[in-house]
Amino acid sequence: MNKLLTMTLLICSSSLWANEWSGNISFEAKYFSQDALNSSQYNEYGSVSIQPEWFHEWDGGKQSFTFVPFARWDQHDEKRTHSDIRELSWLKVFKESELRVGLRKVYWGVSESQHLVDVINQTDLVENMDGEDKLGQPMINYALINDWGTVDLFILPYFRERTFPGVNGRLRTAFYVDTSNPVYESSDKENHIDFAARWSHNLGDWDAGLSYFDGTSRDPSFVTGVDASSNPVLRPVYNLMQQTGLDLQATKDAWLWKIEVINRKIKAENANYIAATAGFEYTFYGVFESASDIGLVAEYLYDDRNSKATTPFEDDLMLGLRWTKNDESDTSVLVGVIADRDDSSRLYSVEASRRIAESLKLTIEARLFKGISTSDLLLSSFRQDDFVQVELAYYF
Amino acid sequence: MKGIILLFSLVAFSSLAGAALAETAEEKGLAIAVEADKRDQGWTDQATTSKMILRNSQGAESTREIRGKALEVKGDGDKSLTIFDTPRDVKGTAFLSFTHTLKADEQWLYLPALKRVKRISSSNKSGPFMGSEFSYEDISSQEVAKYKYKFIKDDKFDGRDVFVIERIPQYKKSGYTKQIAWIDKEMYQPLKIEFYDRKKSLLKTLTQHDYKQYLNKYWRPARLEMVNHQTGKSTTLLWKSYKFKNGFSKRDFDRNSLKRAR
Repeated sequence: MNKLLTMTLLICSSSLWANEWSGNISFEAKYFSQDALNSSQYNEYGSVSIQPEWFHEWDGGKQSFTFVPFARWDQHDEKRTHSDIRELSWLKVFKESELRVGLRKVYWGVSESQHLVDVINQTDLVENMDGEDKLGQPMINYALINDWGTVDLFILPYFRERTFPGVNGRLRTAFYVDTSNPVYESSDKENHIDFAARWSHNLGDWDAGLSYFDGTSRDPSFVTGVDASSNPVLRPVYNLMQQTGLDLQATKDAWLWKIEVINRKIKAENANYIAATAGFEYTFYGVFESASDIGLVAEYLYDDRNSKATTPFEDDLMLGLRWTKNDESDTSVLVGVIADRDDSSRLYSVEASRRIAESLKLTIEARLFKGISTSDLLLSSFRQDDFVQVELAYYF
Repeated sequence: MKGIILLFSLVAFSSLAGAALAETAEEKGLAIAVEADKRDQGWTDQATTSKMILRNSQGAESTREIRGKALEVKGDGDKSLTIFDTPRDVKGTAFLSFTHTLKADEQWLYLPALKRVKRISSSNKSGPFMGSEFSYEDISSQEVAKYKYKFIKDDKFDGRDVFVIERIPQYKKSGYTKQIAWIDKEMYQPLKIEFYDRKKSLLKTLTQHDYKQYLNKYWRPARLEMVNHQTGKSTTLLWKSYKFKNGFSKRDFDRNSLKRAR
């Protein structure tokens, strides 16, 4: 009788609680058109990744649990063969607040070309050089929802190191980055507890965010060193920083005006600087008497450290053209260039995607590095790394 | 005596006819729209599940499954949250919209892969919704002030008595110069709408089928058929369920709710 009751309860609970699996498996082929700078690198790379997702909701949608593991296998790059827990989190919704505990991803900001204010998650750089893939960040996040805006408070108890391509990977620096031997400013190393807060609000055409972060910078600087086999390497240095960030978007008809500004202080590097991204997006809807939209994106990328900047984008212009066909296959193409205003460096990119069957999506991505000056230490390692990548993803 | 009654009724009839004549076609069209609006007030909130079947000119089909929540806003357009379940590659994408009668709608899109909430322009009113033959303006909330009206005639449609009225969009960026609507006289709901493009030629025809009454008051169709006469494409929109009075508040329609929409 007891067994029967237990079984009935189990069956009831499983049907009452929405349990669901979804996710994707993706096959990727990457081809580099020029020979690599280093003989340990290849011209063709194959790769497979899987990202399932389990979502479970109860309490009338007031509580939920999400689990998103991720794993990738790469043919040549042993560092790109990696796994991560993208999300493992519990959410509780209250009347005027929300609590989230666990590993999560948080996105802040409005810009397209770079994401200055977005500092909560570490970049999973081996995934894509665009820096939009992130590692799951352990956190306690409490959001207070007020009429005058949402205040998000974060306690970040563990630091994740950035991933970098290995010796056999491409789009790597001339001396590869030795991730087994990082340098931390904090004696607590990855256990340093970071804090962050953000206020965000919307008023009519305006969407604004003001954020503050105090903790270990997700962007490393580097020192040279040697690995176990005495090869010269770059060692990532993770210093403490304080960053104040502002992001603002005005939406006026077909115009989106955007600005992101940060002030970052890194005492260990004697740095106190301002960086910004500002620009617009304008969309022509229904062009050529079709359903297609053409969007123009222009952004200026600025860093007041100039040539001392730890990013290649200190005085650069990004121009992009986005074609959205608005068809049943969701066909879209984004063509862009980031041009350095002080030298001839040009970074071109093309991203095109469409659904080729009900659950199958094809994405083609290409990047070209042109006119890279050898004095640009960051980009010059990539000067032979023009590539085209085809990805086929199956969604379940 | 009989004559007096006859005379009296004749006088009464002619004065009634006079009143009817005094009402212009514009006034009568507006009165029908006001009545339709009045009858559809007070639903407070609704939760829906629906399925769109898109057909191209060769007849090849693709489907989208959508869940929606809406909150009635008195004196302005409604608030709505739309969540996409299929196609699988856009699963979890959510769309938050604060519609307004004449000023621009406010719209946000949640992109689950990036966890990004993006404020988007609402100027694409005439653009296709999810690649379908329904445009954003077709699916947004219908408010009296959005159009200028004109009564055309009384007619029969599918054996039912209807008013045929003309509606001219008054909001900016509409893709239509006019719409002709066949409004059921019992339900005050459209059975058919013709959409005329910017060149004033017939672009699309919408028919709404299988109406059911909810809470003894609100009529909702179970099936919509939109046919594009210029491209040969069509979309069927199946409303699989309607649930009213869910106790939603504006908290269910803010950017925080967008981020946790599932």
